[in-house]
Amino acid sequence: MPHISLSNLRVAYGNQKVLQNITVDIPNNQITAIIGPSGCGKTTLLKTLNRLVDLYDEITVEGEVRIDGADIYDPKADLLTLRKKVGFLSQKPYPLPMSIHDNITFGPRIHRMNRKELLDQIHELEKHIPIDSLCPNGRQGQIQPSRTHEMAYLVEYYLRLAGLWEEVRERLHDPATQLSIGQQQRLALARALAVEPEVILADEPTSALDPISAQLIEKQFKTLKNHYTIVVVTHILRQARRIADYVIFLYLGELVEHGPAEQFFSSPRDERTRAYISGEIS
Amino acid sequence: MKSRKIEEAVFKLLMIASITTVLAVLAGILVVIVVRGAPALNLAMLVQTPEGGYYLGKEGGIANAIVGSLCLALGASLLSFLFGLPIAFALQKEYIGRRLAQITRLSLDILWGTPSIVYGAFGFIIMVYLGLRASLLGGIIALTLLMLPIMIRSIEEVIRMTPLELKETSYAMGATRIETTVKVVLRQALPGMITGVLLAFGRGIGDAASILFTTGYTDYIPRSLFDPVASLPLAVFFQVATPIPEVQQRAYASALILLIIVLLISLASRLLSRRYSRHVLR
Repeated sequence: MPHISLSNLRVAYGNQKVLQNITVDIPNNQITAIIGPSGCGKTTLLKTLNRLVDLYDEITVEGEVRIDGADIYDPKADLLTLRKKVGFLSQKPYPLPMSIHDNITFGPRIHRMNRKELLDQIHELEKHIPIDSLCPNGRQGQIQPSRTHEMAYLVEYYLRLAGLWEEVRERLHDPATQLSIGQQQRLALARALAVEPEVILADEPTSALDPISAQLIEKQFKTLKNHYTIVVVTHILRQARRIADYVIFLYLGELVEHGPAEQFFSSPRDERTRAYISGEIS
Repeated sequence: MKSRKIEEAVFKLLMIASITTVLAVLAGILVVIVVRGAPALNLAMLVQTPEGGYYLGKEGGIANAIVGSLCLALGASLLSFLFGLPIAFALQKEYIGRRLAQITRLSLDILWGTPSIVYGAFGFIIMVYLGLRASLLGGIIALTLLMLPIMIRSIEEVIRMTPLELKETSYAMGATRIETTVKVVLRQALPGMITGVLLAFGRGIGDAASILFTTGYTDYIPRSLFDPVASLPLAVFFQVATPIPEVQQRAYASALILLIIVLLISLASRLLSRRYSRHVLR
């Protein structure tokens, strides 16, 4: 069963319809790209998946969004658990106004995770992605996952997972705002991963970044997809071609076409998809 | 082309003219106070209370008014911060919604513009009702009423400047409203909030009308909240109204002391604000 399954999803801001009749299953442990021109509802679709749209005035969401079988818009659904399960990366990174270290521990602390839970989380993750695989230069003399240093270990682990550790290991207690924007985006990734979500939503995560940082983020996504389900909004077609396994094409609030990336790009079924891919419309 | 350059020059001239006017007025006030007040300023003025015949030009000082003013302004700042902060937090749209927030803001703006003598009269009515006589507590209550709108509106303005995306980042991690407010928004807004508190403090310590009925005036340093208390604005008022030149000079000296206190508090808050802006996202 797929993690995320949408059926007849309709979203409107006031009287303005933003999304109409979206029905699609998002495959597990793959990178799904939501593509389409500006203003066609990509970000709104992404933000319905972790109910960030709840923050906007006059928004109405109809239809079903099921994550792990449960309708997340059910009035009885637990919003905090949902958001723990679904991590989010915004277009421009927003470091929390605290140190690099505290940015990573923010999630575990608000979710009141105790030592045992932290250690279990790390051990579980280590089975899939061992820390040594994240250390190109070996990891001698480093902190071990002991009872006293579980937070320090967790910070190191997730910073390595996001490919940021080597750059910040000497200044973990400096303000996160001092990092470059590319580093801030990787910090945001590490911070989102630290609550151990199952799904990562990313809203044009590289659009504010320089090409090298953007490449780093794409590389991290490819590593992470084995363990997480990743949904990326992008308006860069080439990026979708590079990283996506599955593609959802939105046009003016409508789901035009979706399918495995290879098939989507090589033999699009819909005329609008073909026009968009070939650059006739944008 | 030429007319556009003239336009540019005219507006530049206008700006320079208004800045010069404002600075000249400020400098004029300062010069008069310093020239007239400095000769009368001495240590005795700062550390002694008025002796017999002080108001006829004999020995003594205004330590009673200095201590009194500090007690009044600090007490009222503390009280209005305690009441004001939750209100400023609540004015965020996540809590009370846009319409109620707008109504609250409008009423606060009206209160801000209300003459302080009205607060004095209102404070006096409350005191009569509670059976209090003119006292430090009465003054603190009246000043708190005066300072609250300033405190709330200026704190709330900084809180509203917090980027929505920063809050989204926190919500997307699964933080609750109160966690987002206290751990993220508060930290981000802290330096600006210090300025807001200072603004209210400055208005409070310099106000004469609201404490005219509520604190009374005494030559002694208050021993409890229920004692009448002297204050610098009223010390200026009473001394400048006498026909004796030495006493009038002391009025200017008192005003100078008041100015120095405000200056010191401003400088301190600047330092404090800089200290806490380390982590702030710009």
